[in-house]
Amino acid sequence: MEWIGLANYAVFMAIFICIYALLSLGLNIQWGFTGLFNAGIAGFFAVGAYTSAILTSPAVEGRIGGFDLPVPVGWIGAMLAAALIAWPIGKICLRFRSDYLAIATIGVAEIIRLVIKSEDWLTNSARGITDIPRPFGDLPYVYSQLAYLAIVAGVLLVAYLMVERQIAAPWGRMMRAIRDNEDAARAMGKDVPFRRLEAFIFGSALMGLGGALFAHFNRTITPEAIDPMIATFLVWIMLILGGSGNNRGAILGVAVVWIIWSMSEIVTDQLPHEYAVKAKYMRVFLIGLMLQLVLRFRPEGLLPEPQGTREEVSEKSK
Amino acid sequence: MGALEIINFYLVPGIVIGSIYALGAVGITLVFAILRYAHLAHGDLATLGAFLALGAVTLGGVSPYVALPVAMVLTAAAAVMIDKAFYAYLRERPKIVTVMASLGVALMVRAVVQVVWGVDSETYTRGIVRPDVWFGIRIRDRELITILAMIGLVLALHVFLQQSKWGKAMRAMSDNPDLALLSGVDNKKVVMLTWIIVGGLCAAAGVFLGLNYELKAMMGWTMLLPMFAAAILGGVGRVEGAVLGGLIVGIAEEMSTLFLPTEYKAATAFAILLLMLLVRPTGLLKGKVL
Repeated sequence: MEWIGLANYAVFMAIFICIYALLSLGLNIQWGFTGLFNAGIAGFFAVGAYTSAILTSPAVEGRIGGFDLPVPVGWIGAMLAAALIAWPIGKICLRFRSDYLAIATIGVAEIIRLVIKSEDWLTNSARGITDIPRPFGDLPYVYSQLAYLAIVAGVLLVAYLMVERQIAAPWGRMMRAIRDNEDAARAMGKDVPFRRLEAFIFGSALMGLGGALFAHFNRTITPEAIDPMIATFLVWIMLILGGSGNNRGAILGVAVVWIIWSMSEIVTDQLPHEYAVKAKYMRVFLIGLMLQLVLRFRPEGLLPEPQGTREEVSEKSK
Repeated sequence: MGALEIINFYLVPGIVIGSIYALGAVGITLVFAILRYAHLAHGDLATLGAFLALGAVTLGGVSPYVALPVAMVLTAAAAVMIDKAFYAYLRERPKIVTVMASLGVALMVRAVVQVVWGVDSETYTRGIVRPDVWFGIRIRDRELITILAMIGLVLALHVFLQQSKWGKAMRAMSDNPDLALLSGVDNKKVVMLTWIIVGGLCAAAGVFLGLNYELKAMMGWTMLLPMFAAAILGGVGRVEGAVLGGLIVGIAEEMSTLFLPTEYKAATAFAILLLMLLVRPTGLLKGKVL
């Protein structure tokens, strides 16, 4: 039955889209609304994945934990851990222009990768952490996939609504003011570094949550689970293409880019081995080129940021 | 452990890798000061330079030292083309957008290297080179040449920036771009000149890294953090600061293996970067803070 396979694949894709959408929402808080350049998304993702894995997996000899705690505790722990890593970095770097944050986050992601790869007692290094519980994982395959999709979609919906609410609130207006004219915002008495720190921590916590959802979906997490550069970059292109500053755009961009990315993988996997390896890098090249084209021809993305209400009022008053 | 062993196993390798970082950091500091953004594709440009030199070595059968100038010219051309294709039209937008574009360029350049040369590590020459011993200090020819070439290139750049008309124009644009423009400095030419110099230095850093270690597609990217740490440690916009910073970061990385597991060598550069941003963001030689 061909269509069952296709439906299974569609569910699998949808789960990944929801997980990436959390990362994209997190980045939207940081970049879209506040103008912070986080080039270490994969690092926060990994921190979340490993934290939740350690907290919820059954106890094992030779490394810390697992603590066998309920899954939601793991997810909250993942968010807290990612936020805790973001705090000192933001504290140091957010006084300066975002270039410094970009460099520092590249560094953080690199250090996190080193720790994960080499600390046996914490992450079981190359072998990774296995037996991560998955909610409704005992059901038959199809139902378990569907149940997990429902969970991640629910988490995404809650995150989306919360971010939307926060951005529509005075807090969101203040963040946009800081992004668009830092000096003016400072003159209005806004504590710019502190507000940026808030946005950086919120965004990173969402990325950590995305990582946790990924770990529970896979049931295992190893240092090789994701390619840090490609994952980080994919999230960037998703947000920029979808429309930074627009949460619906951020999610739309995820769907578009992830479908293109996975479909092209299916195509290149059909090639003979020696070409398949090269084709993988061609895909990376094309995704890089795609970013340049979007930046050049449609910098506002597919769904641009709504431009506030001032124009509408003036339209009506004419 | 005797003083000689510390020199041989930690100080000499530290100075060698530090010289390589210095070559890259000078380029980073020039882009940071003149064009005013962090160029994240810098490391991968160095990778490209190293592999272009490998191409010259395998195709032309020349020694890597002959391939070095070839690679420098080709990488400079590549840097100018990248600027024209991907950065030039972003000049009026906030600078951070160019930083993002440079992250994309980093990925693209690396992908090109991986497609053309594959993913296995390569070397310029085969076989083990035995170090010469001078008064108990063991140093290989290629290590000596790396250090001397770095000093030579930086001195040449220094003289160019201080003495020549175009060097002065570059410094003027670094100090105040609007004033430079009003005084008749052709910004476009200065930008192009900057990329020529930066591309050449990048290639030199990449070739010497490949010569002393090995050529890998990720070699430049892993060098990015130490190079930025060096540029910020020395003070953004200060060429001599970048050299000083590069040497300090290189030596600190090697020395760190005395106290830390070797895996965490790369963390040293990051620690230096954060420490400098915390205590003295202008760097040792009082550079700019963007």
